[in-house]
Formats: sequence, C-alpha cells, structure tokens
Amino acid sequence: MRLVVVGNGMAGSRLVSEVRARDPHLPITVVGAETCQPYNRVLLSNVLAGSTRPEQVRLLDPSWYAAHRVEAVFGSAVTCLDRDTRAVVTEDGRRVPYDVLVLATGSDAIVPPIPGVERAIPFRTLGDCERILESAGSSRRAVVIGGGLLGVEAARGLAGRGLPVTLLHLAGHLMERQLDVEAGEVLGETLAGLGVDIRTGVTAQAVQADGVLLADGDLVEGDLVVLACGVRPVTGLAADAGLEVRRGIVVDDEMRTDDPSIFAIGECAEHDGTVYGLVAPAWEQAGVAADVITGGKALYRGSRMVTRLKARSVELAAMGETQLTEEHAEVVRFTHRARGTYRKLVIRDGRLVGAIVLGESDAVGTLTQLFDRGGPLPGDRAGLLFPGLSATAHVADSPTLMPDAAKVCQCNNVTKGQIRACWEAGARDVAGIAAATRATTGCGTCRDAVEGIVGWLCEQEGVSA
Amino acid sequence: MTTPGRTNVELPVLTHCPYCALQCGMAITPEAAITPRTDIPANAGGALCQKGWTAGELLTNGERLTGPLLHGRPVAWETALDHVADRLSLIRAEHGPDAVAVFGGGGLTNEKAYQLGKFARVALGTSQIDYNGRFCMSSAAAASMRAFGMDRGMPFPITDLAEADVVLLAGGNVAETMPPFVRHLSGPRLIVVDPRRTATAKLAWLHLQPTPGTDLALALGLLHLAIAENLVDEEYIAARTTGFEEVRTSLASWWPERVERVTGVPVARMRQAVRALAAAQRAIVLTGRGAEQHAKGTDTVTAFINLALALGLPGTPGSGYGCVTGQGNGQGGREHGQKADQLPGYRKIDDPAAREHVAKVWGVQPDDLPGPGRSAYELLDALGTPAGPRALLLFGSNPVVSAPRSAHVTGRLDALDLLVVCDVVMSETAARAEVVFPVTQWAEETGTMTNLEGRVLLRRKAVEPPAGVRSDLEVIRELAARLGHAWPSDPRVVFDELREASAGGLADYAGITYERIEADKGVFWPCPAPGHPGTPRPFLDRFATPDGRARFTPVEHRPAAEEIDADYPVYLTTGRVLAHYQSGAQTRRIGPLAEAVSEPFVELHPDLAEELRIGAGDMVRVRSRRGETRGAARISDAIRRDTVFMPFHWEGANRLTNPALDPTSRMPEFKVCAVKVERVA
Repeated sequence: MRLVVVGNGMAGSRLVSEVRARDPHLPITVVGAETCQPYNRVLLSNVLAGSTRPEQVRLLDPSWYAAHRVEAVFGSAVTCLDRDTRAVVTEDGRRVPYDVLVLATGSDAIVPPIPGVERAIPFRTLGDCERILESAGSSRRAVVIGGGLLGVEAARGLAGRGLPVTLLHLAGHLMERQLDVEAGEVLGETLAGLGVDIRTGVTAQAVQADGVLLADGDLVEGDLVVLACGVRPVTGLAADAGLEVRRGIVVDDEMRTDDPSIFAIGECAEHDGTVYGLVAPAWEQAGVAADVITGGKALYRGSRMVTRLKARSVELAAMGETQLTEEHAEVVRFTHRARGTYRKLVIRDGRLVGAIVLGESDAVGTLTQLFDRGGPLPGDRAGLLFPGLSATAHVADSPTLMPDAAKVCQCNNVTKGQIRACWEAGARDVAGIAAATRATTGCGTCRDAVEGIVGWLCEQEGVSA
Repeated sequence: MTTPGRTNVELPVLTHCPYCALQCGMAITPEAAITPRTDIPANAGGALCQKGWTAGELLTNGERLTGPLLHGRPVAWETALDHVADRLSLIRAEHGPDAVAVFGGGGLTNEKAYQLGKFARVALGTSQIDYNGRFCMSSAAAASMRAFGMDRGMPFPITDLAEADVVLLAGGNVAETMPPFVRHLSGPRLIVVDPRRTATAKLAWLHLQPTPGTDLALALGLLHLAIAENLVDEEYIAARTTGFEEVRTSLASWWPERVERVTGVPVARMRQAVRALAAAQRAIVLTGRGAEQHAKGTDTVTAFINLALALGLPGTPGSGYGCVTGQGNGQGGREHGQKADQLPGYRKIDDPAAREHVAKVWGVQPDDLPGPGRSAYELLDALGTPAGPRALLLFGSNPVVSAPRSAHVTGRLDALDLLVVCDVVMSETAARAEVVFPVTQWAEETGTMTNLEGRVLLRRKAVEPPAGVRSDLEVIRELAARLGHAWPSDPRVVFDELREASAGGLADYAGITYERIEADKGVFWPCPAPGHPGTPRPFLDRFATPDGRARFTPVEHRPAAEEIDADYPVYLTTGRVLAHYQSGAQTRRIGPLAEAVSEPFVELHPDLAEELRIGAGDMVRVRSRRGETRGAARISDAIRRDTVFMPFHWEGANRLTNPALDPTSRMPEFKVCAVKVERVA
C-alpha cells in the first residue's frame, strides 16, 4: 500500500507524522506546492509582529523526511487527480501513483475583485509574510483590509513595529464571527490604544498607490496594503476529479470522501456541513485519518472551536456560540471598558456553550476546559468569571479574629489555642512558645503569625492590667 | 566527640532523621529524646517538622516487632532463618534462580542497598530484584541520565536555593513533605506548578495550576515562549549543549495558546513564569513526584530540563536543575545495585566493563552475574504467575499500601509460595508473610544515607535495639551463610566494600569514610579518592556525557494513560500530608501524628461537591476501573474543579491508581487516573 498526501501545510504534515508514528514502514509520498518545509501558520502573526523569526516557525526539520523514510516533493503543485489509474499528476508532469490519497490542500486567501488589488499583499503564507515585512520596512503608513482574526493580528503586529495602521472592516464590529457587538467595540478600543485606527462598516473600492479608496469616497492613506479578507477552501482538484464538493470536499466521520480511497482533511474538508478554519480541528482530523489509514477505528465527531487572538497586549479568547442573547440562553456578562475588559458566558442547560474573555484573566484556562468538556457548570457563575472571588473564607490573619482552633503552625500542628495556653503558662516571646510547642521550628513561615499572637496577648494584658 | 559507629551512652548522639530525603540533623539521647542539630545545612538553624520531633516515639512504640514469626507464630531466629534458607534452596532447585525475587526500599541505608543487590546477584543468582524507589525518583533519574549523563538529584548544595532569584518547583509540596526545605526558599521568587493550591503553592509568588497529567505540555509551552521571546541563552547552548535545533523545531507545535487549552494554565501566567526565570541572575528548576509519577514522567522531566538548559541554568554556579528526592535514602538507594538494571556505583548491569569490575570485587566471574530483571511493578505483577517468581524477600517496603493497583498486587503476593518480610512493625504487607523478621531501625543501627543533595551522611546508632531484633544486614548475612557465603554484617565493613565496588563508577564513593563524613558533616559524591574534596557541583566544567555537553532531547506531550470520560468523570491525584510518611507504617503508629491526620480523606472543590451533593465530612466512595475505596470529604477551593485528591498513607488510595508504565523509567502513573466519586448513602 502506498500513501500519497497532497498538501504539506499544517494538516498534511501533521497527517504524515501521525501516520509515521503509527506505522514505521508504510510508503509515504507528500507533494507540496510551497517550496519550504511545513511551518506553523498560527505563528505567522508573531513573525509579522517581529517577535518570532521566520526560521522559528517550521514544524519539521529538512532532515526529518529522509530520517523517517518519507518521500517529499516540494515546490510542485498537483494539477490533476486521475482516479481511474489512481495517480496524481504534478504541474511538472510527474505521475505519483497512490493506493490511499489524502487531500490536504488547505485554502487560499480571498482577494476581493477591486481595482488595484494587485498592489495589496494578502496575509496567508510565510512568503506573504516576508513580502509584507520587506515592504513594511520602507512604508510610512499601512492599511489592513479585513477585521477578522488575521486582520486584527496583522494590524496589531504592524502597529507594534511602529507603523501607523488603519484597519478597515466591512461589518459593524471587529471579528463579528467570534464576537458580539460590545466585545467587538471593546476590542476596537483596545487596539486604538495600541495605535491602530479602526474603521468599521466601510467598503474598500479600490487600492491606489497612495492608499485605499472607500465606497463613500474617502481615501485611507497608506503605502502598504495588507489583505485579510478571509479564505476559500482549495477544492478544484477534487471537484475536477468528480468528488463531492460543497463549500469544502465532503467527508464522513472517517474523513473519507465519496471515493473510499481518498481522504480529505483540514481547511479544504467539509464535515457535517462545517468547514473549519482553525488548526486544532485540522489536527484532530489528521489524527483520525491517520488512525483509519493505519487500520484503526477512530471517528471524527466535529470540533469545538476556540479562537485565541495572538497579539501582544491584547488577550482575547472566544469560543462557541458567543452571540446568543438572554432570549435563547442564560448569559452572564461583565464589562469594564476603561480597562478593556469584557467577559461573557453563554450557558444552556447548565453547560457552557459559548464565552468571550477579553482582557487578561485567569478565567480563560478554566473556561476553555469547561467548554471543551461540556460538563455541568457550578451554580456560582460569578466565580467562573472571577477566579478566586468565591474562595472560601481563609482564617483571618488578625490574631484577634482568629479562632482558638485555627492552626497557626502547620509543621508542628499547633493551634492558636495552644499558643494562648502557653502564653498563659508564662511564655512571653516566640522562643518561649517554640520551646514549649515547637511552633515555628518547621518551615518557619508561621513566625510572623506567632509573633503577632504573642504581641496581641501581651497588649491585651497591658489593657486589662 | 563520639567514635563513629559506636554508641556513646553518656551524650546525645549526633545523627539524622529517619524520614525524608532532607535527612535533617538531630541529636538523640539514649532515652530517645530528640533535639535538632544546627550544623547540618539541610535543617540549618535547628528546624524540624512534627515527624522529626516525634521520631523518638518510633523507638519506644509498643507495636514493635521483637521476634521472628513463622505463619504468624513466634519462633526462634535459627528456626526462621533455617526455614527460609531451606525453602529458598528448594524453590531455586526446582524452578531456577529467577524463581526467587528481592524487593528493596529507598529508605534502606547505602550499606543495605548494596548488600541486598549483592545478595540477589551472588547468593541467590537471581535477576529479579527491584525496589520501591522505582515508584519515586526513577523518571527524574532517567531524564537526568539522558540529559547530563549522571543522576545526582540536586547537583548543587541545598544552600544554593536561598541565593537564587527564582525557583520553579514543578510537582512538589515541600511545605508538607519536608517542611525545613521551605527555609531555603524564603529568598527566591517561588513559582509552583501543581494542580492543587498546596501549602507550598500558597507560599509561591506565582502558582500555575495545570490539569493533572499535563505538566509536560506546560513545560513545552514555557520553552516555546522562552524561544519566541528570545530569552534563551544562545551562548550557553552553543558552548555546553547538543541537540537544541531539533527541540526548537519540535516546539513550533506547542504555541502557548494551544498549551493553555491542554493545561488550563492562562498564557499570561506562563509568560510571567518564563520572563521571571529568564530575568533572574540565578534560577533553579526543580521537579518532584507530581511531575514525575506519570507514564510520561521521563519526558516531562526532560521537558523541564530542556527549559533549564535553554535558559543556561545547569552547570552554572548558583543555578541549575534538580530533582527533589523523596525517600530518606532515595538517592543512595538508586546508586548501589538494588535496581533491576544496575550494579554498585550507578553502573549499568549490561555494561561489560561494569560487570567485570563488580564481579572482581565480589569474587565471582562476570558471566555468573545475572542480567537486568523486571522493574518494580512488573516484578510485583509477575509474582506467583507461571513465568514469574515464586518467592519474594522484601526489605523496607510496604507494597500492599504503596504499589499501584494495590488490590491486584496484594493478590499476587498471596499467590507466592513464600513471602518473607523484614520490618520494624507489622505492616500490611508483613501481615501477609509466611516469615517475618523483626529488624532494627535508624537510631538502633549505623549506616550511611545519601540525601537529596547527593551528600553522603552518617546515621549513627544512638540507642540499643529491643532484645530479639537483628539488623537487615545480619539477616542477609545469616541467609547468605546458609546459602554458602561468609559475608560481614558490620556496616562499616560493608561500606568499605561498597567504596571499592563503586570506585570508578558515576556514583564513586571510594574516597568517603565514616570519619570524613563525620569531620565534614557529609561528603558529596563523586569522591574518587581519600584526598578528594568531594563534588558539591559536579557540572560546573563539564557534564558527565562522553562529549561533556548536556543533551537536549525533543519530547512530545500526550494525554494521560487514562483520561476522564462519562463513566469516570473526575481526575484523581494522590500525594502526602505533613504528618505521615510513605505507607504510614511508621507514622500512623505515633500518637501525635495519628491525631494530626487520623484517617484518609478525599479533597474536592466546592463546585464538584455541590454537583455531587457531598457535604464536608460526608463519607465518600471513590471508584476507578481497578478498585474502590472510601474517605471523608474535605471541601476546599485549593483543588481544581475536575480533580479530587487523596493521601496515599493508608491502604486504599492505591487500589485506584493506574499501573500504566513509563516506557523508559518504568514508573507507574500514580499521579493521575479517572475516577467516579459519590456520597455513601
């Protein structure tokens, strides 16, 4: 059996390493259109922002393929899928026969059909990223078209390099697929504070040498224009070969297309009506397909989507159905716009079905896990938004308020009552208490507490005397 | 000054605590009264915890075994020894030498650990020997060997901690397990990684509270951030390590937001931790059992070592990586041959040169030495099976309480033809033995212990043992004699032989004598010659690898061997409480300690308690795929909502735990499994 993988992006390369981990011998060929090693697209925003160097985002070392006996054909797009003879044909005419084929062709950046758009640079690949960076060095102002996740990250990254940036967005608020109106506004305010000029509800009509012309006639100045207008699944190869394609290549729970020898994973695949544009689902799908191909019984049942913005000084997590209102769900919300804080929980049947956490918060880890697991939520919703708020009352540190039964020295199991008894028996300082009770002789961290109690008792004596 | 190895009945004898690897110095009178010493760095200033203060009661306790038992009935020593020797000979003759197994412990002195290994390999000729240290430090040991070529728990004196700017402690609760350790942490900013807000975590500047079983992912996320933020020490990496590029590439898959989703630790907190570590002049990374007792424990420790290496810490004065060894002689116990794959001096049993050296010291042919045997759980699991051992000699361990999947292990012990236990009290395991030998304990005998720093200490006899008990070394001598070997039982003589056997090995004790330990208050190994000063910080110039460089090894996170699901929806993690030690066989018999914590409990979050309608103090049943047990509910927000905690000092908690083994260290997955929790109606 021979496995051929078309696409060497995050999904394709993941599949290859997952299959190799399960089966050390299966012959594998991977064909990729990009010339470079597979890299982590998630980290491109960091490259744009300058915090990560391009060479730090590769997922596999060049030597990996030979060491793991995987045949790699890079820089060569597949132009034809011949299901009759079970082979793929590359643009340079090479035929690669397969027994099992995995399509991981990903998606392409959407380039809006407006005049002058060729002046703009899409933000999709490492190559795009390098072009943007090159251009940013000699630009005075940047314009980013598209206020979704990638557009926001790109705008923040360029602003962080000291470039004035305008972010143009068609919808009424940023990241409208993940955020409700208020969260989108709070995000906009946060970005504005970081030097990004936000224009929502605007349509770009043309890209000119001096900037972007809007439908209302305004010119947004900029000599670097970046496109982040979304992506479209790459399905042409599959469609031409007669596989079922809707928005993406249709697959079942085994990630198989309607041709049992052909699988599709990642952003080019459509499972149960959904095309996922995030890495986590693509990797889950790669794991399932790898398992099925190597004889396992894994099934893919869809993914829960968590979006995490990667932009310095902007903490944002959004998951699930964030737009639901009180009419359809239980909603818990906290806003503090002056601090860039917005937190929202969407709860149905006692389970977390959506959440937005904007602004730094310790809640984000717990909420993500509650959302992922779908388990029942505690009755105390506020405690979920504000970790630590519901903490059970701790023993008061004040010696006066501390009950006699409170343990003061954990190491030697000494209570306030024992210290008081010892004081009453004549001990008037920490050394005396320690000699009698051994308090403070272990880890030593209760020394201040014991001192406080002794001091308070001595004071009381003075008062009563 | 007293003479080493002798009892001085006039003065308190200077010795060390019977419990944990800190080995606090203490003085003890013939009446068993204890005062802390101030001259030992581990408990400088004269600190002791409640276990240490009350240790004298171990010596006066009424539950002490004072005569051998055969089938539960008192018999004379000669009768019991003859019986065991006869049975061993018979079983060996009938089924071969591997039909007899030996199980040791990390609380045994170096002399006993050494003699036990020799007894197994030479007198019994069996490969089947391992010890409970496999359940403790084996993952850290394997990872340290892989990275540094040597496993010396903390390769620096404990006093370096106080001088550090930042200390990261992953999976350790020293405020309960070894309270005087905390005194060394008052200087640095402390970062604690623990699913529970433990007594130690409460002292921390920063507490990261990951999902049980995800420490490895957390360590990968921390290193990813260190690389992404250009905080790594490129110069150090180039000069002192190999393999960084491969690790760097592997980390591209572990960006912090992904790690956050796996661990539940917010990215901002990870960033805070990494920046603090990187900004420190001196920083130390420590791991404890919480990170290590997993089926991926070796890789988890490797990930933390990779982090430490990338930041340039190991082998840099004042900085480093260390494992916080747990058992009293957890360090020495893993160096001198009671481990299935090891010979004295931390030598590998499958290394021809090592076999030749040790065989010469033992007066046998290298080919006569058996090869590697089964690891601890695999050994226990094989007992009484057709292919497994039919007899077991057990020293200094209590697997009925402490082994994973303990009900199964108890069944295996019961399936043996012969179980012989040497112990101080009637432990749960001794109670099932055909023969029980009552043996001396810490202050009734002399021997060396190697503490968590790798400092060899002398624990000296301070009181006379009760009539009728003998030392483990005497039991071994008597059994060896009956099998045709004339061996010493004087610890000093055994130690001198150990020195010779360890000479030239990694853990080289050749230059260490009782007199030097006494004069120097401990000697750091390696100490290859009498004039050698010992080695407090072994990696300053080079690591113990062939090329002298530390090795980065790429590792991948994977889920726990058993994840929570609809049937078993809650994580269980186990651990210690301050008042008790290990299986509790000693501490549960001491009044003040039993009073401090008298019974097992189940700690759970208020939200989980609410969901399960459990109130504080309710009796709770905890069930896993391997068994069930009970405990009283303790409700606390110091634990994660998805996790319950049980202390393992009582028989029960380990009925639940998962014996899935680490592929390298053979460490069982003690620290995480899936359970169902319910109130007992």
